[in-house]
Amino acid sequence: MDKTEDQTILKVEDIGKSFGGLLAVDKVSFHVQKGELLGVIGPNGSGKTTLVNLVTGFVRPDSGRVIFQGLDITGKMPYRIAELGMARTFQMVKPFYHLPAFKNIIIPLYSPRVKKLRGGKYGERDAVAIDLLEEVGFERDSFVPYKVASSLPHGYLKRLELARCLALRSDLLILDELFSGMSMSEVASTLPIIERLNGEGLSIIMVEHRLKELFRVASRVIALNFGRKIAEGSPHEVMESEAVKAAYLGSEAEG
Amino acid sequence: MISSILVYGLVNSVILALIAIGFSLTFGISGVANFAYGGFYLLSGYLTWILLKYLGLPFIVAVFITIGAVGLLGFLIYWVILLRVRGIVLSEVIATFALGVGMLEFFRWKGFVTYEFTLPYFKKGMLLIADVPVDYQRLFIIAIGLALVLFLYIFTHHTRIGWSFRGIAQNERTAISLGIESDWTAALSLAFGSAMAAVAAISILPLGIISINMGYDVLLIAVAVGIVGGLESVPGILVASLILGYAQIITSMYISAEWMMVVYLAAIVLVLTIKPSGLFGKFKELEERV
Amino acid sequence: MTVRYRKERLDRGIKARCEDMFALSSYREILYLLLPRVLPVIALLCFPLLKGVVGLYWEKVLVITCAIALLSLSWDLMASVGLVSLGQALFFGAGAYLTGFLNKSLGWPYFLTIPFGTVGGALFCTFLLLPVLRLRGVYFAIVTLTLPLLFTRFIEASKILGGNAGISSLSPLPHLWFELYVPVLALLICLFSFRRLINEDYGLVLQGIRDNDLAVMSGAINIYKFKAQAVFIAGMAGAFAGAFMTHYYQFVGMPAFALDYSILPLTCAVLGGVGTFAGPTVGAFILVPLSEALRAFGTLRVVFYSAILIICVVGLPEGIFHYIQRKYHQFERMVEVG
Repeated sequence: MDKTEDQTILKVEDIGKSFGGLLAVDKVSFHVQKGELLGVIGPNGSGKTTLVNLVTGFVRPDSGRVIFQGLDITGKMPYRIAELGMARTFQMVKPFYHLPAFKNIIIPLYSPRVKKLRGGKYGERDAVAIDLLEEVGFERDSFVPYKVASSLPHGYLKRLELARCLALRSDLLILDELFSGMSMSEVASTLPIIERLNGEGLSIIMVEHRLKELFRVASRVIALNFGRKIAEGSPHEVMESEAVKAAYLGSEAEG
Repeated sequence: MISSILVYGLVNSVILALIAIGFSLTFGISGVANFAYGGFYLLSGYLTWILLKYLGLPFIVAVFITIGAVGLLGFLIYWVILLRVRGIVLSEVIATFALGVGMLEFFRWKGFVTYEFTLPYFKKGMLLIADVPVDYQRLFIIAIGLALVLFLYIFTHHTRIGWSFRGIAQNERTAISLGIESDWTAALSLAFGSAMAAVAAISILPLGIISINMGYDVLLIAVAVGIVGGLESVPGILVASLILGYAQIITSMYISAEWMMVVYLAAIVLVLTIKPSGLFGKFKELEERV
Repeated sequence: MTVRYRKERLDRGIKARCEDMFALSSYREILYLLLPRVLPVIALLCFPLLKGVVGLYWEKVLVITCAIALLSLSWDLMASVGLVSLGQALFFGAGAYLTGFLNKSLGWPYFLTIPFGTVGGALFCTFLLLPVLRLRGVYFAIVTLTLPLLFTRFIEASKILGGNAGISSLSPLPHLWFELYVPVLALLICLFSFRRLINEDYGLVLQGIRDNDLAVMSGAINIYKFKAQAVFIAGMAGAFAGAFMTHYYQFVGMPAFALDYSILPLTCAVLGGVGTFAGPTVGAFILVPLSEALRAFGTLRVVFYSAILIICVVGLPEGIFHYIQRKYHQFERMVEVG
């Protein structure tokens, strides 16, 4: 693959954050190529979610830079970063519980970014929202898309998160443990969606605990432990790395 | 001039700390902003007054009855009202705010507004400190303020209830899973907060006549000190009291006494605008900010 | 084994039918849909005509009721974005003082001062609240509680804008009909446009911000812009009430920032039902006349509002309007359970 600068969609340089003296992320650097699916793994508490928050602007970094599509986005507000084309899901689902599922999707559809890309009037967005929900596996002809979010099971809420990201038509998609809390069959039906999106050229960062599924789709993986990057390379290389083995076995021995 | 600013500023700062500590304690532990604080404060004043005038109780007895009764009231209010709306910020705020306004306006309606409503000094007389006359009451206030801070420190760091207080303050869910009863602790925190309002009222009110508007002012002072220092931080309260206390004395000496309240109010708005977590509050990231 | 029952609620048949195109096929359905909307509007529009029957005093109460209803609508709109305000008096006072100033100092007539007071007051409040829009919950409530008090004390201490005495002998409104119909119309316009607004996609974003602002931000939406817009719109309603009442009383003073204008709209909204706009209006039309009737009790009225607030917040969190709505659309029955 060509490694010139314009092929890099996201470049993170020495990013760091500490919470009250505890180093959550310590000088992590990585990059994502256009159309690549980068996996991020690490034991619990290794700083994966903080890394996502740093990149997407939900947490302000203490040090380092984030460069997205050639723009320095370090410390920008989350909505600005999202508007530039970076969408994320939350590990802890954050649906709008009072609203029906498809109305959840309308909110990102109303954003200036999507309006610019797609236009759309009141009413038209409903149809788009239902399409998007169908894309992530909501049954179109059932009541499910019209149900209030608070009454949906967890697996649906996770996929609702995904649909909300897709609504943005982003250039980079960051999935923060999308599969945690999903059943085997839900994972099996969601994985092809991600593969397809990636196949269509969407760059994806996937933070995941389910290594088997992740390694099936990821072209490159980085591993974190105690906020540090301990390995990087192809899934196979990372799994063979001594540091990763130690981190996982060590954490299991403690846990 | 300088020495009187120093001495009166200190007295004023301790007064502010004394007023604010109960409000901050309750908020820090249970996350309930007790907007009824001013109501509790004046209630304590009037209750002591009634106990002294109508029942003719000895001062010390009246004081303890008041502190106990007001603390108990705070405890009951948690179980009767706040428990049902726990976690809904809107409802918590409205319920306590309404409770406070209700109490204060009830006193106003009952006619507790004349000059006869004063509490006695603990001890009459005064002392010269650096050529500035300071009456004993103000010295008592300083002593009580310091004792209360010390007591709080020992209480939260060396007793079982204190530990559970701190546990709940740090992480309610974890605390629950460790067998600390969240509701019980929150109710106690409200009781303690209210009892401290009573302590503050009994020591500060003798300095002047009891007036209804003081109830609103007290709430604002408690909020101002809490916000400036960062709610839930004891050193924050002390520093904020010093800042606001001196700022207020300097304002009233060099500009005019009318501007005193403006200082607090402007401080609240400014701090919330610039640094919402206050001077000493643990800085909260966007994720869990306020 | 004892038989146990559970309450079950079901939509009435007529409601289900009205959700479809059948609604237009019979008078019954059309009436079912229209009556609850049209009847109150007609009643409101007719009330000023009944001057001879109800007396001028109660017509004046209508004006005050509309002003308070506007304030509680503005409270409700802010609450829909998750901004809990304890100081609607800020909007009222800003509109009132600006109008008073324009009329007294610049000599502008009422038909200029009221629109300028409305827009200017709302703009002023929006800019004032702009830096604190990132606050939520208790912290925002504290700021809004503080600001009106700050203005009171500031005006008192600095003696600007008439100081303690206020600004009096402002120009009166031209005609009794103007006095009665302008607030009624303003209320109706405000009520229906707010309801429309919140049901649009725009309103959806506002509700999303209340539910979860982080999720809205991740949807590439500048929540502060939306919050500011909502505050401005809410501010217009509140400032209009202030601007109008200034000319109505021909006076503006300290009371414009008083607690009454904060706690009464709040009580109306909570009593009527938060988040519906119709609820706060219903609340205002119950509470304000009631409190006029209880005028003899003086400050005990405030105690009474407080009691209503506590009872409503704790015991009837859904509010009157939701209750009525439910009874209108649904019936209840007991069903046996296991």
